[in-house]
Amino acid sequence: MGLFGKKKNNTASNSVNNAFLKIKTSKDGAEYTFMLEGRLDTNTSPELKSKVDEVVDDAKKLVFDLEKLDYISSAGLRVLLGSAQAMEDKGEMVVRNITQPVRDIFDLTGFNLLFNIE
Amino acid sequence: MKELVIEAERKNLIQVQAFIDEQLEAVGCPMLTQTAIDIAVEELFVNIASYAYGPEIGIAVVQVSVYEEPLSVEITFIDNGKQYDPLAKPDPDTTLSVKERKKGGLGIFMVKKSMDNVNYEYKDGKNILTIKKNLS
Repeated sequence: MGLFGKKKNNTASNSVNNAFLKIKTSKDGAEYTFMLEGRLDTNTSPELKSKVDEVVDDAKKLVFDLEKLDYISSAGLRVLLGSAQAMEDKGEMVVRNITQPVRDIFDLTGFNLLFNIE
Repeated sequence: MKELVIEAERKNLIQVQAFIDEQLEAVGCPMLTQTAIDIAVEELFVNIASYAYGPEIGIAVVQVSVYEEPLSVEITFIDNGKQYDPLAKPDPDTTLSVKERKKGGLGIFMVKKSMDNVNYEYKDGKNILTIKKNLS
């Protein structure tokens, strides 16, 4: 009883309130930057995958800016891994500005060692 | 114990997570822990949605219990689809290079690593998967 009546204090906004992914793509020569905002999950990661697929043939560098990404599941990690694999022999991939929840997931899965994180 | 009975479809993921979050927020779960639990819930629910019932749509039951001392949460996923123990899958090798890394097995590995306890049993024709996480 007491527990359920407790006022929340350090509970911040929950990730489910932002059940979306916004992707802003910019291009500088053969460098493509994807600014991601919201959630990269089972339902939203196909959208990112198709945006990456559109440019991957032309790209020499892919940058993922995760400053506003507050949630990533294995579905999102698979898109990042697939992108890194696609760039492996033809250029580079960089992940930039990761937030704490995303950093925790990278640490947990070894992706922190796998990617070039700026 | 709170329970949600829902069709095991990917599009219902947000509803399942909202149900879990509601219970977690009621006990002041720290945000990073909540995110870890949300991710585990996604991996397990999407597993059921993707594999348990083949092309058919079946039901998933999600139960949440909160315990005191230590403050912890237990979440159970039940389906009556085909028998499948996701914990039996070998863990991915996290030391491999980009080229060698495989995409499979990542989700359940994340669940195993981030939760304090993960248990699977098959009983009375049901897959029962339980995760536990300390909140304090």
